[in-house]
Amino acid sequence: MQSSNNHRSLWQRLFGDPIRAFGTLGVIILVSLAIAPAKNHFSEWRHYQNAYLSMIRGRGEAVTLQRHFEGGIQQIWHPELGVVDRCTTCHVGLKETSLTDVSLQPFRTHPVIPHKLDQFGCVMCHRGQGVATTVEEAHSSTLAWEQPLLPARYLESSCGQCHRQPLVGTPQLNQGRELLARSGCVHCHTVKLPEGGTMKGTDDPPPLLHIADKTTREWIFAWLKDPQAYAVSARMPNFKLSDADARDISAFLIANSTSASGDALSLPASVQKAADPTAGASLYGESFCATCHAVQNAAGNLVGGNIGPELTRIGSKAKPEWLAAWITNPRIYDPPTEMPHYRFSEQQVATLAGYLQAKTDSDFLANVHLEPATPEQIAHGKLLVTEYGCASCHEIGGIQKPENFAPELTRIGSKPISQLIFVAGMPHTLSDYIAGKLRQPRAFAPGLKMPQYSFTPAQVDALTTALLALNERSQTLPSALSVAAPPESHYRPAGKAGQLIGDLACLSCHRINGRGSDLAPDLTWEGSSVQRKWLEDFLRNPNTLRPALIRRMPKFNLKPDEITTLSDYMMTVYETPAFDRDSMPVSGYAPAEIEHGRQLFYSKYACQSCHIVDAKADKGYIGPTLTEVGSRLNAAWIYNWLKNPQSLRPGTIEPNRNMGDEDSHALTAFLMSQKGSAKQGAKK
Amino acid sequence: MKLSVSAGLLCLALMLCGCTRKQPSSSVPKPTATGVALVEVSGGKQSGSVGTSLAQPVVVQVNDEQGNGVTGALVSFRGPREVSFDPPAGLTDSSGQFTTNVSIGGMAGRDQLIASTPAKSGKTVDLKIEEIVLGYQEVVGRELSEQYCARCHNSESSAERVSNFDNLEIKPHGFTEGDTLNKMTDADLTAIISHGGPALNKSALMPPYGYTLSKSDIQALIAYIRMVSDPPYHAPGMLYAQQ
Repeated sequence: MQSSNNHRSLWQRLFGDPIRAFGTLGVIILVSLAIAPAKNHFSEWRHYQNAYLSMIRGRGEAVTLQRHFEGGIQQIWHPELGVVDRCTTCHVGLKETSLTDVSLQPFRTHPVIPHKLDQFGCVMCHRGQGVATTVEEAHSSTLAWEQPLLPARYLESSCGQCHRQPLVGTPQLNQGRELLARSGCVHCHTVKLPEGGTMKGTDDPPPLLHIADKTTREWIFAWLKDPQAYAVSARMPNFKLSDADARDISAFLIANSTSASGDALSLPASVQKAADPTAGASLYGESFCATCHAVQNAAGNLVGGNIGPELTRIGSKAKPEWLAAWITNPRIYDPPTEMPHYRFSEQQVATLAGYLQAKTDSDFLANVHLEPATPEQIAHGKLLVTEYGCASCHEIGGIQKPENFAPELTRIGSKPISQLIFVAGMPHTLSDYIAGKLRQPRAFAPGLKMPQYSFTPAQVDALTTALLALNERSQTLPSALSVAAPPESHYRPAGKAGQLIGDLACLSCHRINGRGSDLAPDLTWEGSSVQRKWLEDFLRNPNTLRPALIRRMPKFNLKPDEITTLSDYMMTVYETPAFDRDSMPVSGYAPAEIEHGRQLFYSKYACQSCHIVDAKADKGYIGPTLTEVGSRLNAAWIYNWLKNPQSLRPGTIEPNRNMGDEDSHALTAFLMSQKGSAKQGAKK
Repeated sequence: MKLSVSAGLLCLALMLCGCTRKQPSSSVPKPTATGVALVEVSGGKQSGSVGTSLAQPVVVQVNDEQGNGVTGALVSFRGPREVSFDPPAGLTDSSGQFTTNVSIGGMAGRDQLIASTPAKSGKTVDLKIEEIVLGYQEVVGRELSEQYCARCHNSESSAERVSNFDNLEIKPHGFTEGDTLNKMTDADLTAIISHGGPALNKSALMPPYGYTLSKSDIQALIAYIRMVSDPPYHAPGMLYAQQ
């Protein structure tokens, strides 16, 4: 009662009579009219602009900075890209190169990048809300706007929206993309590329068609339970299977396996007996197995490459007859394998197989005791194999490769936060969600199938970067802005030589016409580069050109007719159209020119900093040794190489010296005079 | 008006300068010992690109008066905004050491990290550790340097990249050698990279890269060299800016 009295009296006091009402209304209108200008006057951005002005006042170049300064709301507008960025309203000094020493934000100069700052605006790279004019709304996610600033550690993902080829300045993005292709992600998740097609896996999961020839059910069980317990570097993720599930899957895989002819090899007892273990270690070394395969040493470090599987405990896995057959010819078990078909003798096979078979770990299978499989277990195993999508990666007899087994990731980088389910206590951002999924995929909900990977923190960051680049913008960019990856090469060498190149898996190390690996020199123009006799000798007995390298071409024990086939093919097919191989003579250069070339080599161009011509005096261990270069390379190749090395092998680190005709000719004459001695061929 | 400006400045200063991050310390067990000194064991002066985790953890050690490690002493880390530590605080292990993984900040430059431990006297002992944050240009420089320069300028050898440093009679300067490289101007460095050692009367074994690397490549290399320099490089004519 009292309060309603009060209320009434207040009302009467303000609006009791027309004059009072007029006065009150007038004040209300005046105040409400003042709200907008006051809001404007006290806005955050105005404070920052004023703070900027007082900061530059104390500096030497104040006048210049003052002249560049424009007050009011600033905007970068690119309607075709959907960019409306007002960030420069507060970030006033972005383009002022003289402010590099200022560490106070928002006034720092933008670091150097390859684009002009207003070319694409800010949110293209940094995300956030470009149109917002308050710190909170621009940088963080709010109810209406859910795009927060991209954390700096994932910034390279923004480059990946347009650039799909590897860039020098984006090592993390490059690594992430490589991991995406190599870790098996794309076997289950589809990633459509804007230029058409889908992302292909670069790993090569082994087929399981004949798995029973290769290994035991016990090993499969232990491997399924924890692949990394068998090999720390194993690529197969951990599916966290129960003992019963692992038992049933192993039962199914063994029961489902068919035998391949020639897949098991019983070596004559006489050969096996003669195999001595020390010879095994040296044959393993001589054959450069470590180029692709790693073995854990006593200190627990992996020594060797990561192209083939780790061999630390291979003896606990492989059946002896299978191992012997594999070493003899891996292409019988797995025709497209990256492993070369070494032409080992029976004795060598026995030596190497015996050496590898001794690499066992008695603990690994110690606790695995499996009862014989029942038909129910096998049937349940088959069900599990289908449920877990094993056939997405592995070829399994009688089971189709599933389509769209896991969610498509083509636009994962712009997935709305409202569609994500977060783990309690985790920041609600897309980047945290993706990184969390990569770390612990099963933590997000019960019953999820994605397996547990063992990525390092740096690998998680790299993968998250690559995934964030797969977003709406990357799919809908104007084609003029999109920089496509170089087209995938489907090059396949033809004919008899092509078969040999496939059998020896040359492309596992070398690249030819854009296809293959960069472990060893690109052979696209090898026919123009080398002399035929050298090539034949090299194929017969590869001698290293770079003494400091540990990875070298292995000896494949090729037969004479195979060497002829390969040499014929390489000398005729791998020729550059840029020059004629035989346009300059192999020898017969004037002594005066050779001497002039020698002086150029040692003084003007100081080639000895990287190359060795005089094995006693020179110490350059970076480039190939040149003591026998006159018997190895063609003169025309050397001449053209000297003039522009990158034109013949893009990316080579030999600097382009912009050499004139006369100097190139003299140096070619000098280098062609380096024929080496017959004895050096035998040196290691 | 003046009031609002100074209030704004104050806000700014509060928001952006005093930006030490509060670290949750609830999970850290009670310290059982205190030391008198805190020393860096490893992990300082690493470099990484903006916002990333450093390759090696930072390890510090709490010592007693005799310089022996103290077990069970509390060590906590703090750093500029965006720098994070995993874990941010904890007790020293049996050898007196505490190890943390560091994610560096989002701005190219140098991040000053501070490790502290409560000393016996009741005061806190602080240790400054510096990490180097590479921006885009410096990352490009680092990659180019790995490809073209490191085989001679870095004496460390690995199986993948054998160093030629030991074979050279006139030793190339490592890129962190600030005492020498800071004396060279950007123009000097550009000249020696583009035209080789003889351009500055230096070793002819340094080849010219002017026809191999682009102008922006060379600028990126210089930016990288300046960034990793030890002692730090200060561009000329930047002194007044310290105020």
